[in-house]
Amino acid sequence: MRRWLLISVPYLWLFVFFLVPFFIVFKISLSDTEIAIPPYTPLLDLSEGWAGIKDFFSQLDFENYRIIFSDALYVNAYGSSLRIAFISTLITLAVGFPIAYGMARAPKAWQPMLLMLVILPFWTSFLIRVYAWIGILKQEGLLNHFLMSFGLISVPLNILHTETAVHIGIVYSYLPFMILPLYASLEKINPALLEAAADLGSPPWKSFWQVTFPLSMPGVLAGSFLVFIPAVGEFVIPDLLGGSDTLMIGKTLWIEFFSNRDWPVASAVAVVLLLVLVVPIVLFQRNQEQLREREAGR
Amino acid sequence: MRRFSWFNATSIALGFAFLYIPILLLVIYSFNESRLVTVWGGWSTKWYASMLQNEQLLTAAWVTLRVAFVSSTLAVILGTLAAVVLVRAGRFPGRTLFSGLIFAPLVMPEVITGLSLLLLFVAVGFARGFWTVVIAHATFSMCFAAVVVQARLYDFDKSVEEAAMDLGATPVRTFMQVTLPIIAPSVISAWLLAFTLSLDDLVIASFTTGPGATTLPMRIYSQVRLGVTPEINAISTVMIGFVTIGVLIASYATKRSSARRERDLRTAEAGGT
Repeated sequence: MRRWLLISVPYLWLFVFFLVPFFIVFKISLSDTEIAIPPYTPLLDLSEGWAGIKDFFSQLDFENYRIIFSDALYVNAYGSSLRIAFISTLITLAVGFPIAYGMARAPKAWQPMLLMLVILPFWTSFLIRVYAWIGILKQEGLLNHFLMSFGLISVPLNILHTETAVHIGIVYSYLPFMILPLYASLEKINPALLEAAADLGSPPWKSFWQVTFPLSMPGVLAGSFLVFIPAVGEFVIPDLLGGSDTLMIGKTLWIEFFSNRDWPVASAVAVVLLLVLVVPIVLFQRNQEQLREREAGR
Repeated sequence: MRRFSWFNATSIALGFAFLYIPILLLVIYSFNESRLVTVWGGWSTKWYASMLQNEQLLTAAWVTLRVAFVSSTLAVILGTLAAVVLVRAGRFPGRTLFSGLIFAPLVMPEVITGLSLLLLFVAVGFARGFWTVVIAHATFSMCFAAVVVQARLYDFDKSVEEAAMDLGATPVRTFMQVTLPIIAPSVISAWLLAFTLSLDDLVIASFTTGPGATTLPMRIYSQVRLGVTPEINAISTVMIGFVTIGVLIASYATKRSSARRERDLRTAEAGGT
């Protein structure tokens, strides 16, 4: 009895405030604009019995999905979101790997302190950290000022409001999510393995590619998913750093909802985004489960 | 004793420079007399003074703190329950769905979570404002709280709980007097995490808020879109300061409690032999 009560409280909460809302989004994505704007007329009227159910299905409308797939704007937004997220994830991996490697090889006494320093920026506001880059990247900003005063460039670089700025923003904001899982898997590698490889005549770079990197694969995968999945739906970074040419799907949804006030299309955009992300999310969860099993098995 | 190699030290230094220089510049320029980012007009605290006179900013800050306090408390209660269920309740019907529901909000894009919650509130006719933001924040941060507490529950020795039950303690009493004190550090860090997640959130709050419940990130966002204003640098610096102090206190507390635990353990071992 008590066990049942214990389970039901968090279960019901998530059911009502996480799962049910998705069904509502799905339902509204299938409605006409006039019906979907409040006040709602109940679409599914069970009091009318079978006729009500039939009515419900006859009212279903895939118009919003047709709009999304026939308009190049939306298709491009999905495409560029996936492309930007993918490239940014690769850069984050390239930037994060040496840092995580350095931390894992640092003196043991230093490691808690280094970890703390990686986590600390994560505790300061995401919005503020993205905002800080505006002052750095804009034409009369600090980066151009710096480069020009050293004579490296003569004309200010145009970085803010380009896709490059979005990449920089994503790499910067999500770097801790990459470093932490990488560090966790690199730190576990037994140094004896590398010593053995060296004793057997392997040069350091070869040991790295044949021993260290394969063994850090769980961290590489976990970090990449943790960066890629939220980056696809990112809103703040493309909005503040990217220009009007950089269209990402999170921003499109936001505009559709807040500026165009087209709730059904916004819902349809959300449903398709969710479908696009289902594969990476499922892969990520499977990867996490395997990690947990391996941990438990040791 | 391991030492830093040249390569490792360089990559760590460059990495941390990348992470910290933007934040540092923000703090420095919050003390700039000039309105321009590139022109250094000398030290000044005038942006702090004008921030303190910005009624809208202060109201928003107060709303944000209240939302964060209530939602993180709710999130920790729900998240701890969820963690206990996941680790201790064994098999029950719908367990897979439950663990999926705990996991999904962690990676769900904020625009989807925000939109779907808003549509729920509209569908049931719930007036939007303070409480809808609280519910939204509690929902996604309870999942983070559950993950943090779960890790600690996996670690600890179940036999302590069993001993308490054998001695006649009720499950509730066992939880309150045995389990909770043991997992307390993780509950506290879960609360802090939920609190900062709530302070930080722009997207979900924008979707679920209503009249009179504009949060600080929303206010900052609308000002930032109009251009860089030094006032925002000032309030950002204040927030960074609070967070840094909070994290330092928390890490000091955990270090002390883990040191105490180790000492207790050693005393217990010495007593046993």
